[in-house]
Amino acid sequence: MPTVGVKRDLLFKALGRTYTDEEFDELCFEFGLELDEITSEKEIISREQGDSKASGASDVILYKIDVPANRYDLLCLEGLVRGLQVFKNKMEAPRYRRVSPASGEPQKLFITKETAAVRPYAVAAVLRNLTFTQERYDSFIELQEKLHQNVCRKRSLVAIGTHDLDTISGPFTYTAKPPRDISFRPLNQTKEYTATQLMSLYKTDSHLRHYLHIIEDKPVYPVIYDSNGIVLSMPPIINGDHSKITLKTKNVFIECTATDLTKAKIVLDMMVTMFSEYCSQPFTVEEAEVVYPDGKTCKYPELAYRKEKLSSEFINRKVGINESTEKIAQLLTRMCLRSQATGVGDEIEVEIPPTRSDVIHACDIMEDAAMAYGFNNITRTTPRTYTVANQFPLNKLTELLRQDLAAAGFTEALNFALCSQEDIADKLGKKISETKAVHISNPKTAEFQVARTTLLPGLLKTIAANRKMPLPLKLFEISDVVLKDETKDVGARNSRRFCAVYYNKSPGFEVIHGVLDRTMQLLEVKSVRGEGYHIQAADDSTFFPGRCAEIFVHGKSVGRLGVLHPDVINRFELTMPCSAVEMDIEPFLGHTAEISLTHDVPMQEVVKHKFPTQDGSSFCPASTKTVFGDMSTAAGLKALNEFLADRSYIEGFMASQADTAVFNAIPSTPSATFCHLLRWYNHIKSFQRERTSLPAAKSQSDDEAESAEAARVKEQRLAEYAAKKSKKPALIAKSSILLDVKPWDDETDMGKLEECVRSVAMDGLLWGQSKLLPVGYGIKKLQIGCVVEDDKVGTDLLEEAITAFEEYVQSVDVAAFNKI
Amino acid sequence: MADTGLVETLLRRLEKADDGVDSLQVSSGLGVDHQLIVGAVKSLQALGDVISAELRSSKHWELTGEGAEIAEQGSHEARVFSSVPPEGLPQSELMKLSFGKIGFSKAMSNKWIRVDKAHEGGPRIFRAVESIEDQVREKLLLLQKGDSQLEEKEKNELKKRKLLSEVTVKSYWITKGSSFSTSVTKQETELTPEMIANDRVQDLRKEDTEKPPPIKGDESKVEDSVLKAGQDKTTGGSWKEKKFKPYNFEAMGVAPDCGHLHPLMKVRTQFRQIFLEMGFTEMPTNNFIESSFWNFDSLFQPQQHPARDQHDTFFLSDPALAHEFPQDYLERVKKVHSEGGFGSQGYKYDWKTEEAQKNILRTHTTAVSARMLYKLAQQEKFTPVKYFSIDRVFRNETLDATHLAEFHQIEGVVADYGLTLGDLMGVLHQFFTKLGITKLRFKPAYNPYTEPSMEVFSYHEGLKKWVEVGNSGVFRPEMLLPMGLPEDVSVIAWGLSLERPTMIKYGINNIRELVGHKVNLQMVYDSPICRLDS
Repeated sequence: MPTVGVKRDLLFKALGRTYTDEEFDELCFEFGLELDEITSEKEIISREQGDSKASGASDVILYKIDVPANRYDLLCLEGLVRGLQVFKNKMEAPRYRRVSPASGEPQKLFITKETAAVRPYAVAAVLRNLTFTQERYDSFIELQEKLHQNVCRKRSLVAIGTHDLDTISGPFTYTAKPPRDISFRPLNQTKEYTATQLMSLYKTDSHLRHYLHIIEDKPVYPVIYDSNGIVLSMPPIINGDHSKITLKTKNVFIECTATDLTKAKIVLDMMVTMFSEYCSQPFTVEEAEVVYPDGKTCKYPELAYRKEKLSSEFINRKVGINESTEKIAQLLTRMCLRSQATGVGDEIEVEIPPTRSDVIHACDIMEDAAMAYGFNNITRTTPRTYTVANQFPLNKLTELLRQDLAAAGFTEALNFALCSQEDIADKLGKKISETKAVHISNPKTAEFQVARTTLLPGLLKTIAANRKMPLPLKLFEISDVVLKDETKDVGARNSRRFCAVYYNKSPGFEVIHGVLDRTMQLLEVKSVRGEGYHIQAADDSTFFPGRCAEIFVHGKSVGRLGVLHPDVINRFELTMPCSAVEMDIEPFLGHTAEISLTHDVPMQEVVKHKFPTQDGSSFCPASTKTVFGDMSTAAGLKALNEFLADRSYIEGFMASQADTAVFNAIPSTPSATFCHLLRWYNHIKSFQRERTSLPAAKSQSDDEAESAEAARVKEQRLAEYAAKKSKKPALIAKSSILLDVKPWDDETDMGKLEECVRSVAMDGLLWGQSKLLPVGYGIKKLQIGCVVEDDKVGTDLLEEAITAFEEYVQSVDVAAFNKI
Repeated sequence: MADTGLVETLLRRLEKADDGVDSLQVSSGLGVDHQLIVGAVKSLQALGDVISAELRSSKHWELTGEGAEIAEQGSHEARVFSSVPPEGLPQSELMKLSFGKIGFSKAMSNKWIRVDKAHEGGPRIFRAVESIEDQVREKLLLLQKGDSQLEEKEKNELKKRKLLSEVTVKSYWITKGSSFSTSVTKQETELTPEMIANDRVQDLRKEDTEKPPPIKGDESKVEDSVLKAGQDKTTGGSWKEKKFKPYNFEAMGVAPDCGHLHPLMKVRTQFRQIFLEMGFTEMPTNNFIESSFWNFDSLFQPQQHPARDQHDTFFLSDPALAHEFPQDYLERVKKVHSEGGFGSQGYKYDWKTEEAQKNILRTHTTAVSARMLYKLAQQEKFTPVKYFSIDRVFRNETLDATHLAEFHQIEGVVADYGLTLGDLMGVLHQFFTKLGITKLRFKPAYNPYTEPSMEVFSYHEGLKKWVEVGNSGVFRPEMLLPMGLPEDVSVIAWGLSLERPTMIKYGINNIRELVGHKVNLQMVYDSPICRLDS
C-alpha cells in the first residue's frame, strides 16, 4: 500500500478547514485511507540518521497517509484534496479537457521502429502556462516518484519524463540506439556521458541503480531527441539536464515511455489531471501527437470519460441496502463518479472520469456506492445459506492422533516446511538427489532452499534449541512434507507424516517402538505380518547400523524407525543417543479421503438393508404381468402398489430391466392414491434414456448358474491359495527362555551340572549362553538361555528333563520367557 | 521425632503439675540439655492439642569464664595483694604471675599496694594496707547464687570488665492441651493399604489367593463371609487409631508426567471448531506447491502485480512449471485479463501462459478456494457452500519479530445466491463474536480479487484503539464468472493469520519462540488450554 506524505497545514488550507488528528483519522477511515503516522521532516531525519543531522530540518507537521494500491488519483496532495472535497460535498469533481494548441500544430513525437526491441510505446502531452511554487514543484516531482513505484512497477512498465518545453523544440523523436552512440549531459551532472558510462556511473547510485537492469543487457537503449538533437531523456533511467524543470518553467512537456500502453495512458492521464489545476486555464491539457513507426497517429492524453449504465436495484441488492435511485446517484457522484438517474426504470448512468482507472466493472461502482453510504451504516444480516459441515478427512485423522500422542507423553513441535538442503540431506547422511525434494529458485537465505521431505530434521533442531530442558525429551509432529510427483498438475504433492523422537541418556528404541505400537493400536492395525503391521530390519544411513527397521502395513512400507546414527546426532549438535520413528499417515485414511462438495439429500434413496427375498411371497419376477394382473386395471396397480410399499425396485436394490418391463406395462401415470407405486413410477421415469441400458433382470436360473460359477471360482482360488501357502515356508513360532538351575549345595560341581543340562537334546531346542550367579551361602546357580520352537518344546518338558539329573539339580525355574 | 522416652517423661511431669511446667525447669530437673526438651515440645505440638506451649523469654546475668574464675579464686587485684608478702616482692616477679599485670594496676588504684622504685635490686612492691575486702569476688559470688540484689550500676560495671554477661533464655511454658494424654503414639506420614485393610478382609484375600475357586454349592458360604467382612469393617482398620502428620498445603504438587500440544495448534483446533460450529466444510489445503495460475491468475491478479515479484513470492526451480490446466477455463482467464469480458474492462495487457505456469509456494490459501470454487462451478447444478481452511502459506519477506517466511492463514468462504455486503458483515460479526470480539467496524480497502474489500477492525479494550484483525471482501465477477459460476451467485470471504491471535492469547512477543525449532519448550509445557472467548 503506497504512503503519501503531505504537509498538514497545506492540506487543511486546501480542504478549507482544520481537523484534529482524531477527526482527520476518522475521515480517512470512512474514505478507505489510513492516517498511518503524524511526523515531521525533522523527526524522520533524526530517526533515520540521528539528531545531529536533523538540526535545522523543517519541523512542519507531516501526515503520512496510506492509499489503496489502485487509487493512483490519490497519490498527491492535489488528488487527495479533490477526492475528499468531492466526498464531503464541498465541491464538484472537475472536468478534464484535452485542447488543441491555441496557435499552430500540436507537439509531435515520432516513434522509430528500433524501440520495438526495448520499449515500444510512448505517449505525451503538454501543460501550458503552468505556475509552479516550491510546494507545487515538490508535489509534481513526488507524484512522478509515487507513480514510478506503483503503477509503473519501478519504471519497468512505464517511465515518466517531464521537460521545460521552452528549452527544446519539437518535433521529438523517440528511438533506440546502441549505448555507445548515446551521449548527453544527464540531470544534475556537469559533463556529458555516453550511455555506457552512465550505466557504470549509476551502478553505485542508491536511487537509480534499481532501474539499470531494465535495459542493461539490451543491445539498444531508448532515447528521446528534440529536433536539434538534444537529448530529453534516456528512459527509464534519467532525463537530460538541458530540459530540466525549474520553478520558473511555464510550459511542461510530459512523455511516458512504456512496455505496457494501457499503463502509459493511465500514468499520463494521472500526471495531467493532477497538475492541470495550476494551468492558466485550469483542468485543460494541450494535446500532443504521437506518430508510430507504421505512420499511425494518436492524440494524447486520452482523458476518456466512459459511461456505464446500471440499475439501483443491482447496487441495493449487492450491498444489502434499500436506497432510491436518486440517492444512489448522489452517493456515486460523491465518489467522483458523476451519476444521474436516466428515468428509465431504476437505471443510473455513471460517468467514469479518466482519474478513476480502477473502475473496470460494475462491482467497482457498487463498492463506491457502499463507501459513500458508509460501510458501517450497512445493516449486518445473516445469510440463510444452509450447509452441513464436514472436516477434511486427513485433518480429522491428524487432529485425533495428535490428541492421543500428547496423551502418550509426547510433546508437539511445530517446524517450518522450508529448510536448507543440508538439513534434509547431508545432515541425515543422504544425498539431495535421493530426496525427491522441490527446490526454491529465489531463496534469500539457505534456510529456504527446499521444502522439507522429512519431519525429522525439524524435531532434531527443536531438541538442539532446547538442550537445557530436563531429559528425556519426547517430541512429535504430524505435518506435511513436500515430494516431487509427476502425476500431479504442479509436479509435486504434500504427504502427511507422523514423526516422533526420543532423546535421553539411553537410545530408548523400545520407547519409540512403543509409540509405533500405540499409534497402530489407535489406528486399529494389528501386529500381524500380512494383514496387520510388522517391522523388519532395514539399512538406512540416517540410523545406526543394525538399529533400523522398516515399518510394513498390509505388506507396504510406510516408514522407518530406529536409533539415530552418531554422526547424525553430532551434525544436529546433539550429545545424547536418540531414536526416532517417521511414517506416512495417509495410508490409514480409508475410503473417506475425497471430500464431497455438496451435502444434498441424495436423489436416489440408498438402500442399505438387504432386499427381502422371494420366500413368503407368491411373486416371481419372470411372470410379473401374471402376478400383478393387468396393469390397465386398478386391481393390478393396487397389487403392485402394495408390493412396492416396502421396496424401492422390483428386484434387488438397483434399478434393472425388471423395473423397465413393469414400467412399460403401465399405460399412464398412476393416480396419487397408489402413493408407493407413484413414487416408484416417477423414479423409474427419471432414468429416461438409461432405461434401456439398465442391468438385466435376474432370473432364478441365472442366479443358480451364477452361484455355481461363484462356488467353482471360490474353490479354485482356495486351492490356489493352499498350494501357494504350502510352498511358502511356514512361519515357526519360537521363544527365548532363560532358566535358573539351582544345585543342592555349595559342593555341587557346577561344571558337571552345566554339562548335564546341556546334554538335554530335543528337536527344536538350542542351548545358548550361560553364567553362574551367586545365590547366597556360597551357593551359585546356573543361569542358562535357550531358544525353543514353541510347537516342539515346552517348558514343562524342559524342566522335567533337567530335574532328572537328581544328583546335581535341586530345582529349575523359568527366569524369563520371550516370544521371538 | 524427638526421643520418645523424653516425650513421655515430659508428659508425665505435666500430668502431675497443676497448672503447667517451664521447659527450663524441666531441663534442669532432668539434667538434660534444654534443646532436647524444646524438640520434645515441638513434636508434641505437631500432634495437635496434646499440649499447649507458650513461648517465654527471660533475661538473666551469667558469669563469664573470667568472672567464674574470679568468683572461685578472688579478683586479680586481691590475688596480687595476697601474693605480696609483708617483706615485699620485686615488681618483675609479680609481673610473671598470670593475673599480675591487670591485678597490679587495679590494686594500685585501690591503693592496696605501693611501689618502691628506688629499692635496690629494682622496683619492689609492698602491701600498703593491712587487709583488704575483695568486693568484686563477693558480688560475683552473690550473682552466682542467683541473688540479684546488686544495683544495675554495679552489674554494668562488672559487665564492662567482661566478668558478667546478660543472657536471654527462651523457654516454653507448657500446659495441658484439650486432648492431653500421657500415651502418645507415633505420627504416621501416609495412609497405607495395611491400615485400610481390616483383618477379615485381609484373611479373605489370603483365602482367595490360596484356595482354589469355590466349587458349586460353596458359593453361599463365600457370600456369608463377605457379609461378615462387611460388618467387621466397622471395627477393623488400623487407620482409626493412627495419628497422621499434617500436610503442608503451601507446597506445590508433583507435575504430572505428560505430553503437551503446541499452543498454535491448540488455537488452530479452536478456530476449526468455530468454523465447524458455523457449518463450514474444511477445504483440502494439503498442497503447498501451487501454480501461479491458481494462486494469482484465476483470482484476477494481473501478471505484473507486485505480489508476483521475486521479492515477495518463492518460485520453484524444480519442478519449475505446472503442466496441466483446464484448457477452456485457462482461455477464459486469459481473455478476462487481456481483453476483459463478463462486464469487465479487463487489465488490457499481454497475458502469458508461461507466467501462469510458474510453480510457486502458495502465497495464500485462497488458491485452494479458487480450485474449490472452480470445482463447484463444474457441478451440474450450483449448490450453496460454506468452506474454510487453516493452513500454511509462504512469503519471501524480510523476517522480523512478527514476520516469518511461512505462517498459517485462516480463511472462510461462503458462496450462495444473492449474498450482500451486509451478509458478509453479519457473518464476520458472528465469527468474531465466537472469538470474544464483539465491537467491529469496517474500512474500505483494496484487494485485486475482491470488490468491495474491507479491512476488519476491532476495538482493543487494552490499547483503547481500533486494531486490524482481518481482511474480507466479495470475490470479483472477473474471478467467478470465468469459472462458470452462475451470475447471481456471490461469494464472500475473509481471512486472518493464526499466529497473531495466538501471540496475543499467549503473550508471546517474538514469533520465533512460538513457531519453528527455536520454540521455547517450557512455554509449550506451561501453556494453558485455549478458550478464545474468555
